[in-house]
Amino acid sequence: MSEVIWGLATSHVPSIGAAMDRGMTDQPVWSPLFEGYRPAREWLAQHTPDVAILVYNDHANGVDLDIVPTFAIGTADRYSVADEGYGRRAVPDVVGDPDLSFHLLQNLVDEGFDLTVFSELDVDHGFTVPLSVWTPEPGDAWPCPVIPIMVNVIRYPQPTAARCYALGKALGRAIASYDGARTVGILGTGGMSHQLAGARAGFINPTFDHMFLEAIENDPEKLAALSREELIRQAGSEGIELIMWLVMRGALNEQVRKVHSAYHVPASNTAAGLALFDNRAVQPA
Amino acid sequence: MTSQSRLDLPGTYVFDGPTSRRGHRMNKMFMSLIDPAARTVFTADEAGYCARFGLSEEQTTAVLERDWQAMLDLGGNIFYVYKLAMMDGLSMQYLGGVFTGMSEDDFKAAMLAGGRTDV
Repeated sequence: MSEVIWGLATSHVPSIGAAMDRGMTDQPVWSPLFEGYRPAREWLAQHTPDVAILVYNDHANGVDLDIVPTFAIGTADRYSVADEGYGRRAVPDVVGDPDLSFHLLQNLVDEGFDLTVFSELDVDHGFTVPLSVWTPEPGDAWPCPVIPIMVNVIRYPQPTAARCYALGKALGRAIASYDGARTVGILGTGGMSHQLAGARAGFINPTFDHMFLEAIENDPEKLAALSREELIRQAGSEGIELIMWLVMRGALNEQVRKVHSAYHVPASNTAAGLALFDNRAVQPA
Repeated sequence: MTSQSRLDLPGTYVFDGPTSRRGHRMNKMFMSLIDPAARTVFTADEAGYCARFGLSEEQTTAVLERDWQAMLDLGGNIFYVYKLAMMDGLSMQYLGGVFTGMSEDDFKAAMLAGGRTDV
């Protein structure tokens, strides 16, 4: 069987990647954010898994509005970094793990999660920025193969928080049933509170964000009970991305040990959060 | 006929079914601008390019006049509208300023001060 060794929740704001790509991380506007990442990055560098699963959403780069899967999984052996309009980020393409993808797909479908399948997929900043948060200097390759799981968070109705959490639980079981004794890291991305359009643009809700950061560790059921309307109200129309953190959390054990968390406002128009959990905490008897 | 599940939250766009249908052709046009060659064609004849994608007259006018607010009101999704803004060298902070009646600098300052927590 395989084992999830850690879960990482992180914002995927494109400007975080741009700040790294342009060598701006030491600038006063950015340094508090990147200082906040440091302990998590140091721990992650010591705990490289055999494979990672990254839960994210596309932003009009890999898919358009002709077809919007609610949940999807990539089964490719390689994912190109998307050109979002002005050249791709100078980061490595992503190596996949088709065998594990097919295993996850079959088990998830058997559990009632009818995922769309991407045999080809270009991954955008929603995918590469979390990889950069994890591994700021990947060199020629990311630390391990990574499997994309895509969630629709843009087109209403988005899947419910409860459904995302249930998907995470099924994902955790599917990983556990995979032969090969592999270690797995899982990333849930997006958030925290933000809204890009409308008269409420620029909306940030630190009270909600801090509640979410605490509850994702100790009371994910409370977060899974939030309606999408409540999420949009409390976290903003784009802050609903936080449902993707629940997929990650669902795949972890009931009890986790928080390695590190960080919160910073702003990353461009967004509240940026990070939470890293060690999934090898001792479970209650 | 209206959707029975419309979420009515002031100052907030919800990209629901009717909105998505209204903006579909315009959003497809925005996404096409990822391709540098398409941007060249667009720049040479913006109205003709909009016509090729089947935009309505109102949508075409909004695009030609860079009326960002109208693009949203006519079904534009912010991630798609942003493709045109990027082409014009405009940032998401600039758009935030447009949507909230602020200058780009004032919007940036509001974000640096912790964001708009009172809206």
